[in-house]
Amino acid sequence: MPLSGIQIYKLLPQTNCKECGYPTCLAFAMKLAAKQAELSSCPHVSEESKTQLAESAAPPIRLISIKSDGNEVKAGNEVVLFRHEKTFYNKPGLFVTLRDSSPLDEIKSTVHTADAYVANYVGINLTLDGFAVQATSSGDAFQAAVKAVRENTKRPLILVGDDPAVLAHGLAVLSGENPLVVGAQSSNWEAMADLAKGHKASLAIKASSLEEMASLTEKVKGKGLEDIVVYPVGKTLGESLILNTQIRRLALKKNFRPLGYPSISFPNGAEGAAQAIGKYSGFIVLDSFAPELVYPLLVLRQNIYTDPQKPIQVQPGLYEINNPKPEDPLLVTTNFSITYFSVANEVEGSGLPAWLLVADAEGMSVLTAWAAGKFDAERIAKAVKGFNVADKLSKKRIVIPGAVAVLSGELEAELPDWEIRVGPREAVDIPSFIKLAL
Amino acid sequence: MPIEIPVEKWPGQVREITLGATPAEGGTRARTVTVGGEKAMPFMHFEAPVLHRPAVAVEIKDRKPEDWSPLLAQTWGEAMSDPAAWAKAAEAAGAEIIVLALTATGKDGSPTKPQTAVEATQAVLKATGLPVIVFGPGQAELDNVLLVAVAEATKGERLALGICEDKNYRTIVATAMANDHLVTARTPMDVNLAKQLNILISDMGFPLSRVLMDPTTGALGYGIEYGYSAMERLRLAALQGDSMTQLPMIVTPGFEAWKTKESKVGEGVPESWGDWLNRAINWEVLTAMTLIESGADIVVLRHPVSVQRVRIAIDELMSVQA
Repeated sequence: MPLSGIQIYKLLPQTNCKECGYPTCLAFAMKLAAKQAELSSCPHVSEESKTQLAESAAPPIRLISIKSDGNEVKAGNEVVLFRHEKTFYNKPGLFVTLRDSSPLDEIKSTVHTADAYVANYVGINLTLDGFAVQATSSGDAFQAAVKAVRENTKRPLILVGDDPAVLAHGLAVLSGENPLVVGAQSSNWEAMADLAKGHKASLAIKASSLEEMASLTEKVKGKGLEDIVVYPVGKTLGESLILNTQIRRLALKKNFRPLGYPSISFPNGAEGAAQAIGKYSGFIVLDSFAPELVYPLLVLRQNIYTDPQKPIQVQPGLYEINNPKPEDPLLVTTNFSITYFSVANEVEGSGLPAWLLVADAEGMSVLTAWAAGKFDAERIAKAVKGFNVADKLSKKRIVIPGAVAVLSGELEAELPDWEIRVGPREAVDIPSFIKLAL
Repeated sequence: MPIEIPVEKWPGQVREITLGATPAEGGTRARTVTVGGEKAMPFMHFEAPVLHRPAVAVEIKDRKPEDWSPLLAQTWGEAMSDPAAWAKAAEAAGAEIIVLALTATGKDGSPTKPQTAVEATQAVLKATGLPVIVFGPGQAELDNVLLVAVAEATKGERLALGICEDKNYRTIVATAMANDHLVTARTPMDVNLAKQLNILISDMGFPLSRVLMDPTTGALGYGIEYGYSAMERLRLAALQGDSMTQLPMIVTPGFEAWKTKESKVGEGVPESWGDWLNRAINWEVLTAMTLIESGADIVVLRHPVSVQRVRIAIDELMSVQA
């Protein structure tokens, strides 16, 4: 937890020597608290104070990074419990499980398919982040499975098993990488810590109570391994929600270092994975690969991790879809990117040519913008005039979203020589509307 | 290592609200459903007992909807043409509350008549013993005409009547007041707008103990994060003691999820979307679960498989020893 200005002041020499460039030690302390000054500016601060201040400056949840050949999945460094308080920063990595008991061909083909998986959502390409290989049998079988996975993906890996000797066989073929090993528990933590340290891997620590977890992380840290991930084992959605919330709260509100690490979860089904996305997991390991689940989870993650202060927007302007000619229809919508892409994708998919006018609604959707006065007749008219729409069209006709049908009267007043038409409420109905009504 | 778990002690509590009235209470419902009463953030059993589980409602229509996904038509089949049969099927599918959403027009295209709305509501009340929520078609004048008729014909049932919005709430609130019903108050994903509407409703002399608030949500992929954060903020405000936000929240993930292309359309969509039916159900379930974990007290769903999955998930969220 960051120290306040007064707390920092107590650690400074309190001589007001001004050598830091500030008139008093207190003024300097205030600047330090606001992160507008560097401690190195003070030539007289004691070593002890330096250590204390450095510790307080460390993030309450350690940043952990799993790496392989140019790919990286990061978790940690979060600062809030609720996204509206600021934002969530590092999207939890989504991993797919492979078992060394499966035939190698099956492993290869699953990895190949899942690795190539891309879903486009509002112009963003969403992909999975990596794979988890589960050890169930011998070291040789595990090694063969890890090799098979590595040959078919460059993404970071998580190695899962209870026996350090078996896991060592897998780690042996991943030199030069920083994988994550799952997991240490009270029975094997020492061997696991040595193993992870020897292979520059992070280590997940599994426990069913927070007390046990905290003792284990301290022991592992004592062995010199600080890249730790916590693996709370909740048996139900209720238990995992509470465990993850308590870990996040202890880290952020109490600066409780023994649990100041990102967490990993192995959710049982879609509901558990969705909870893990909203409630604080750093790494999420899915039981299997299925596009009809991966797609909604990737979208949910994108939504929850959108910065609430910055709605995703597109540039206002006149967009051409399917090479429209002057006689083709003109539609208008807002610059909220979900709105824009819903409309643009429908028109594009239909193959029908159209002009799409995107008005500046400060990144809000049609109804929200309308309610907030950011998408009214005046704004639409301004966009029509500002982007010289009339010059490009042979017919002065504009289609407004059905959800704001009430605007048609006012818009007629704003654009007297235009024909105002009310389109459908939902984007999905636009192609049939264009075909039938325009 | 002993750990002191941070426990939030909140001064405020969400009101408990009961939907439906039994014969002893002046209605005809076989059972009632009580929601709300939270003294902590969702499912934090270690801070305060979770008094009531979130309720799963199922949306049905007074006549067969023409614009619903074919997947919904497949699963409900013939029942969709008869509100009474549909209500029975919904109850059998696990609904704890029935939402009857009235259509704007009849088959012939003319506006739905009050008598038709009343008959549909009475048929539903007869077919099921569950509490019932009735939503108007969403056009102010028509909503008022239909809901007043429904409210009067079902006096004492403690239906919830919706949708009250800032531009149209007086008539619905007045008829709910006169006929012992509840109302749902909808505002577009904003804490202050929600508060303001609750104040307007309570200024009419209507008790807040009969108001459910609908902060509105977007579906997964279509703005769910706005509803999600609005709900978390509303619940935090309620717990901090702001009485105008201490109302149970109802949201309609079924309506939102099933109008998305992901749920509605099976052909000509990207291969990366996967199997249509499973994707559509995941869309509804994930939207609902995300909102339940951010504070929803009632979720209104459409597909029977979603109802089952969400109820099982709620069982898990509730079964924690404090």
